Amino acid sequence: MRGLSKLTWTELKLFLREPMAAFFTLAFPLMLLFLFGGIYGNRPAAIFGGLGMVDVSVPAYTAMIIGSSGLLSLGIAIASYRETGVLKRLKATPIRPQTILAAQVAVIYVMTILGMGLLIVAGRLVYGLRFGGNALSVFVAFTASAMCVFSLGFVLASLAPTARAAQVAGMVIFYPMIFLSGATIPRETLPEAVRQYSRLLPLTHVVTLLRGLWAGGSWNNYVMEISVLAGTAIVAVLISIKTFRWE
Amino acid sequence: MTQAIRIENLHKAYRSTVAVEDVSFEVSKGEIFGVVGPNGAGKTTSIECIEGLRQGDRGHISVLGLDPQSQSRELRQRVGVQLQQSALPARIKVWEALDLYASFYDCVVDRQRLLERLDLAEKSEASFAKLSGGQKQRLFIALALLNDPDLVFLDELTTGLDPQSRRSMWDLVLEIRDQGKTVLLTTHFMEEAERLCDRLAIMDHGRIVALDSPSNLIQKFGSESRITFSTEESCSSALEGIRGIGKLIRQGDRMVVQGHGDQLIGDVVNALTTNGISFRDLRTEQSNLEDVFLTLTGKEIRD
Repeated sequence: MRGLSKLTWTELKLFLREPMAAFFTLAFPLMLLFLFGGIYGNRPAAIFGGLGMVDVSVPAYTAMIIGSSGLLSLGIAIASYRETGVLKRLKATPIRPQTILAAQVAVIYVMTILGMGLLIVAGRLVYGLRFGGNALSVFVAFTASAMCVFSLGFVLASLAPTARAAQVAGMVIFYPMIFLSGATIPRETLPEAVRQYSRLLPLTHVVTLLRGLWAGGSWNNYVMEISVLAGTAIVAVLISIKTFRWE
Repeated sequence: MTQAIRIENLHKAYRSTVAVEDVSFEVSKGEIFGVVGPNGAGKTTSIECIEGLRQGDRGHISVLGLDPQSQSRELRQRVGVQLQQSALPARIKVWEALDLYASFYDCVVDRQRLLERLDLAEKSEASFAKLSGGQKQRLFIALALLNDPDLVFLDELTTGLDPQSRRSMWDLVLEIRDQGKTVLLTTHFMEEAERLCDRLAIMDHGRIVALDSPSNLIQKFGSESRITFSTEESCSSALEGIRGIGKLIRQGDRMVVQGHGDQLIGDVVNALTTNGISFRDLRTEQSNLEDVFLTLTGKEIRD
């Protein structure tokens, strides 16, 4: 336990020293919030079922943070630790291999929570963000979604031969995914054909689930989303277990 | 138990490439044991099987009486490891790395003293990426010594270092042994092996081709020694008949005498003085481990 908490704490400090990762997780979502909040404000609109632009954007941007954390930060971090030999050196100590990976997940999870927290605080203070759901429900859905997308990050880290490859693959998946899933631009504004296609993307279901529960929806309405995310996570974990390499 | 490591019939293949073939040796407690050989000889694979980082296909390994696979966590509390290819996160500071690795062990030495001994105390706040090659290597040694291990593995410790840093590493390794620790090291520098190792195994193509102390290996497999000196006088007749003498070559005023045996130098000097032949600037060239390697494998070790 001492090893896990020390490793997690050290990795947190290292994460914050890495400008790119910290930017995408903490600063970029806030910039989007202020950009679109500045343009559209947060007046209730029919297209969003009586909610404002900011009200639907905060849970959507949260999904975007989950995506960048899992598909970019986590995958690249693990792939580069493997490529340079950081993982191998850690493995030569008495610490359990699972602990090494758990610390990575813990750090990314904490940073994702922090990113979401900043969005909520800024949305509340600047745009009077409305929240109609159950905080615990939203947090549970957030955590489950995060673990699902993080497991995809593990697949990237497992399959990519180098950190560079993990970065390229992560970006190729991440950028179309955040625009098509509704994590940046609300899906209501996308053409129907694109919306059909976007159902294939796991992040689409994260956005739907978070926005729904945020607005006060019931878990029962999201069985399909939960099943897709759970199935994705199971497949991703199985692939990672089969293919993960320490060096 | 006087053995720190016992390996019997270790085999390891990667797909169709055999990396280690039927390797057996024992390392006694308190000695510096070297595994030497050219790149690709199977040194790192062997040492990583002993460390428990890889699993051999066949064979038996016992390290400090423990099985490196099934008792790996217990074993890693008691050994220190410096890997050939590893790194720390670029932005981690020296003190943070020690702090982090200290949290993995049940008992650790005084970190400040360790940093001072390894000449890193002033670099405590520097990040890993900013360290020089020698400093990085010293930090890896600090991490390997952090848990006051009984046994230290050093894999290609001085590869990539300048001659000065290499020599200071050698002093460090001898110091580690003098503290009563056992050292298993690999190197492809024969001079390093000759300087440091109490005993060594020479590996080539995954097999051990010779195992003994450096001086015994040189005696057994070394080629002829050469004695050269300057003289204006003719000395061939005086030297002929000395036991073990080989070719006599005159190069201007230099004589080159080749031959075998421990008494060769004494006999040559003796023959010169009894015959009243004056000579200057006498030098001898002993064969070294490079020559041993050449004899054993028929090739130069240099990469």
